Amino acid sequence: MINALPPAMILILGGLLVPLFKGRTRQALLLLLPVISFINLLLLPHGSHWVYPFLSDQIILARVDKLSLIFGYIFHLVAFLSAIYALHVDDTVQNVAGTVYAGAAIGAVFAGDMFTLFVFWELLTISATFLILARRTERALGAGFRYFMVHVAGGLCLLAGIIMHVSQTGSMAFDLIGLETTASWFIFVGIGVNCAWPFLHPWLTDAYPEATITGTIFLSAFTTKTAIYALARAFPGTEELIFIGGAMAAFPIFYAVIENDLRRVLAYSLINQVGFMVVGIGIGTALSINGAVAHAFNDLLFKGLLFMTMGAVMYRTGKINATDLGGLYKSMPWTCGFCIVGAASISAFPLFSGFVSKSMVMEAAALGDMRWLWFILLFASAGVFHHAGIKIPFFAFFSHDSGIRCKEAPPHMLLAMGISAVLCILIGCFPQYLYSMLPYATDYQPYSISHVLAQSQLLVFSALAFTLLLLAGIYPAEIRSLNVDADWIYRKGCHQIYRFSQWAFNGINDWADRIFVQQFTKLLAHFFEEPGGNVQKYGYRLWVETSGIADHEEETVKQIDRRSRKSTYPVGGGVLLAVMILALTSMLLFLR
Amino acid sequence: MSKHPISIDEELAMFDKPQNVKRVLYTLYACVVLLLAVDLFYHKHGIFTWESSFAFYSVYGFVACVILVIIAKYVLRPLVMRKEDYYND
Repeated sequence: MINALPPAMILILGGLLVPLFKGRTRQALLLLLPVISFINLLLLPHGSHWVYPFLSDQIILARVDKLSLIFGYIFHLVAFLSAIYALHVDDTVQNVAGTVYAGAAIGAVFAGDMFTLFVFWELLTISATFLILARRTERALGAGFRYFMVHVAGGLCLLAGIIMHVSQTGSMAFDLIGLETTASWFIFVGIGVNCAWPFLHPWLTDAYPEATITGTIFLSAFTTKTAIYALARAFPGTEELIFIGGAMAAFPIFYAVIENDLRRVLAYSLINQVGFMVVGIGIGTALSINGAVAHAFNDLLFKGLLFMTMGAVMYRTGKINATDLGGLYKSMPWTCGFCIVGAASISAFPLFSGFVSKSMVMEAAALGDMRWLWFILLFASAGVFHHAGIKIPFFAFFSHDSGIRCKEAPPHMLLAMGISAVLCILIGCFPQYLYSMLPYATDYQPYSISHVLAQSQLLVFSALAFTLLLLAGIYPAEIRSLNVDADWIYRKGCHQIYRFSQWAFNGINDWADRIFVQQFTKLLAHFFEEPGGNVQKYGYRLWVETSGIADHEEETVKQIDRRSRKSTYPVGGGVLLAVMILALTSMLLFLR
Repeated sequence: MSKHPISIDEELAMFDKPQNVKRVLYTLYACVVLLLAVDLFYHKHGIFTWESSFAFYSVYGFVACVILVIIAKYVLRPLVMRKEDYYND
């Protein structure tokens, strides 16, 4: 075998060693780890490595093929860029969590069996939660807690599916599953939670904008893209994904238009982009899967770049709401320029990276004659330009002058943004290098005159609509506000459940308390003050009522009281008990 | 402490001048006209028949964005907008 290590090992173990170092050494280590890990990955030939017997089957720590490799490459690249961007962060929690998080994602995409996949899947959740909590604000604490709960629920759903699947098929191999059995549905939904499907998505828009500035860069990269990889591996061509992806591409853009927090706008835009990938996997042709994977590759770069620019703005100004920003192009010209490159890439301008991958998914939908889907995707393409392409740069860097004057972003941030921006343009201009890495061989040509013209018309007229709406005053003004989303169900809706259960269960509790604790025990206590005497009195009164003989009633009652208090019965208590037991046993014998 | 503690190159502040903003707008309008003109003379090829009809993408892009903004502003915002401390009570 080769002298390489399992792909995830260097980043995860190296990440755990980070606390031992300080200052410059730690910075060097954080930068070196993704590089060493990447060189290690290059040493791996195609095939399954580190195969160990486990239970009835085997675990495979590294399954290296074209699909896992392209995700492995881009994850390493983004881990490296994020490490550069986060170079100033001297916070052990974030340093460790970020590196381990990247390692977990790499482990998950190379996992050849479901058990290994699940372990790395959970490690993703844990490390990501720390990146959110590291902001150390009350809101981040709440968001991190909700993030953890949602992902633990999703992880358990996945685990349930895996266990059912393994016991049914006897195989742990993580390959094509398809949506046929109950087990596969559990796995499907478990992956769907990480993929931010509609109604399962609010963890993303809730938590990402609450994480630390650099934490969000890591977060935006790995969780959803790992889920895309898992879907591409296990559920290609599943029709349900087309509907889910279509909904994901369409609904977030409405939210993004009215959202004030610019990092939350990007979070909605992230769901919108993942929607394109989910659609591509759902269509299931070679072209569409290639498109989905290529778009994941590009999205990691341009969405990372956009989050980086907004992070830099936040780092320098301490503000991220559109209402507080504006006019920053004077203070941060480089950041502004990189932001525009990211915006052009996500909007799929010709010569920028989004153009060469999004069009593959669109064309696959058209070739499959999916008309409605095609119209929805075209709508989403225009919409994404509208909110991510124009709104983000416009409200942060232009719009009205907020009066904020600040320094340009620090050099390491500019470097990370610069590399990302250059890559976005390079991929857009020379897509053949990206295409050669895709899982299926392709000779796709994005640059035809028709296509360039069509896309330019779509985008320029979207820009025209934005301009005219803004000039006419129709464009919704940014308002300091909060928009409720599906997380209302567990953030507010659960309060109703809480109130209902308080009413119902506390009601039952009060009733039981009144009946059993207060009234019934009082009765019992009263009775057991003098049990013998009370039974006798009751029996005597019964006898008096039935026989009608009431002579010496009071006297007899007093006598019973006196006797029971002093225990002076004519017959001894022990004898009475013996007689009663004899009577009982003979009765039982007789009845038998 | 002065209002602007960091001195920046005000030469860069080109969009503070209204004529520069106007230039950007005119460039956009010129692009719009140019793209429509090209569409008249170049016959686009598409997979669907309507893709090759005149100005399909232009109209779709414009209408889509207007509908998007109208729905977001007049339908979605009244439904979902709350005060910033909505969840903190």
